[in-house]
Amino acid sequence: MTRGHIVIEDVVKVYDPQGAAVMAVDHCTLAIEPGEICMIVGPSGCGKTTLLNAVAGFHEITSGRIIMDGEVLCSPEKPRSTPGPDRIVVFQNGALFPWKTNLDNVIFGPVMQGKLARKEAIDKGRAMLADAGLSGVEHNYPGEVSSGMRRRVEIVRALMNDPKALLLDEPYRALDSLTKSVMHEALLEIYYKNKVTIFFITHDLEEAIFLGHRVAIMTTRPCKPKKILNVDIPHPRDYSALTSKRFRELIEETNDAVHEEAWKAFQAGEKEG
Amino acid sequence: MKKMLSNPALWRGVVSIAVFLVLWEIGARSKQWMAPEFFAPFKEFLGAMGFKKDYLPWIGAVPAPSAVLDSWTAVFVDASYWQSWYMSFFRVMSGFIAAMLIGIPFGLSLAMSRVAHGIGFPVFEVLRPIPPLAWVPASIIFWPTQETAIAFITFLGAFYTIVINVLGGARSIDVRYFQAARSMGSSRWDIFRRVILPGTLPSIVVGSAVGMGITWEVVVAAEMISGGGSQIGGTRGGGLGFFIWLSYVGGSYEQIVVGMISIGIAGFVSSELLRWGGRYATPWLKAR
Repeated sequence: MTRGHIVIEDVVKVYDPQGAAVMAVDHCTLAIEPGEICMIVGPSGCGKTTLLNAVAGFHEITSGRIIMDGEVLCSPEKPRSTPGPDRIVVFQNGALFPWKTNLDNVIFGPVMQGKLARKEAIDKGRAMLADAGLSGVEHNYPGEVSSGMRRRVEIVRALMNDPKALLLDEPYRALDSLTKSVMHEALLEIYYKNKVTIFFITHDLEEAIFLGHRVAIMTTRPCKPKKILNVDIPHPRDYSALTSKRFRELIEETNDAVHEEAWKAFQAGEKEG
Repeated sequence: MKKMLSNPALWRGVVSIAVFLVLWEIGARSKQWMAPEFFAPFKEFLGAMGFKKDYLPWIGAVPAPSAVLDSWTAVFVDASYWQSWYMSFFRVMSGFIAAMLIGIPFGLSLAMSRVAHGIGFPVFEVLRPIPPLAWVPASIIFWPTQETAIAFITFLGAFYTIVINVLGGARSIDVRYFQAARSMGSSRWDIFRRVILPGTLPSIVVGSAVGMGITWEVVVAAEMISGGGSQIGGTRGGGLGFFIWLSYVGGSYEQIVVGMISIGIAGFVSSELLRWGGRYATPWLKAR
């Protein structure tokens, strides 16, 4: 599989270079393998969302390059990549259109891109929602269903675009821990069916180790990989992995690194974001 | 229906209105507020305040509800009374619809284009603090007929509120919706039609509801001041505002109250219609 190979090469992002010159990302290099779940862990406000926005095309980069499957997304010549259906973001607080029903949300991408006629898109959307156990809420508005369901609908909406990579920006941050553990299994289930590259940002180390093939622990602002952990717990996983010995060992191995960065962020008084 | 009748809130409302009407009736029939001796010690002070010797404000000066009801049944069969309804509604609706037709695109263009905002907003902000009623003389001079002058003033009443709400609403649409729409391959037109327009709709509804209220306030005053378009319609069909004014001039105090209550009902009906339309246009909001 060669879909969704993302290479981040020496990327630097400086906010307000003429004025305050805040360095958010500092010479960050990271390669994400096709079909891999790559988890990015760092304290709040460390600059990891900046990195995701650069890949998605919502922010410019200051220097470096981001390449996906051989195509240069952004570089000093073209500091902002063009947003496209090959890289879909699932946002922290969700970005389902509240004025569209869940089904209409899900078919939005293929209809906009002219890939499917509305009727075909509805058939496909229904099938995918059913696959994710969401048939019952097709005709509800997002505001009428639980936040966990909304997040699942949003992932289905993303997958409807047949993306090479899903960019998840702390999608489960606002959920309670019980809902979260259910959502993790649901995400893995969707992943096993669709095998798409997942670039997942979080500040929750357990979540990262449970889901990821690899976990990149980032330094606090400016952000760059501090330690990269290979999670050698075999996929497919379910929640029993959480209590396995290896899981605990991996937490122990990385906890200090994460904790240290969290302290630095705390002392620097970084704002959320 | 049975559920509605057993609702205590309904009965509280009924009792509240009934008590109000009874007190009003008693007050109106008493013909005297209090014994004049009671005010004797304050006579000098009250005189300094401009009150006439034996004349203090008292409810007895207001017609009793029963008298109002009598007067109402009398005008109920009078075509000119209904003509007043029609004229006021016509003016409110023409001004209001014009305000929507011009205000919504104007507000959206202010929100979406920096150039449009730079050119249009300063003029808008300079004119906005001028109360619509201050426009009455100028618009009577400017517009060819009284009718267009009144419609213009009602238009102003709703226009500013609608524009401000549309502008604020369009600007407060979450940036994530634009990002998501762009990622999924939307063109600029798609984003306008499928993100900006529905995203602004709730603010359009709110702005219209507030604007509608102002429109009724303004139309009544405009009708009183301008003589209700009496040149074209004669004393008939001057609108509800002019109906009140005529009743005052003619000394029919019961009819003044009839006119007041009629305007209350008219305003209530139009905001209910609007609320109903708003609910229909934004079905996702009832979920909250």
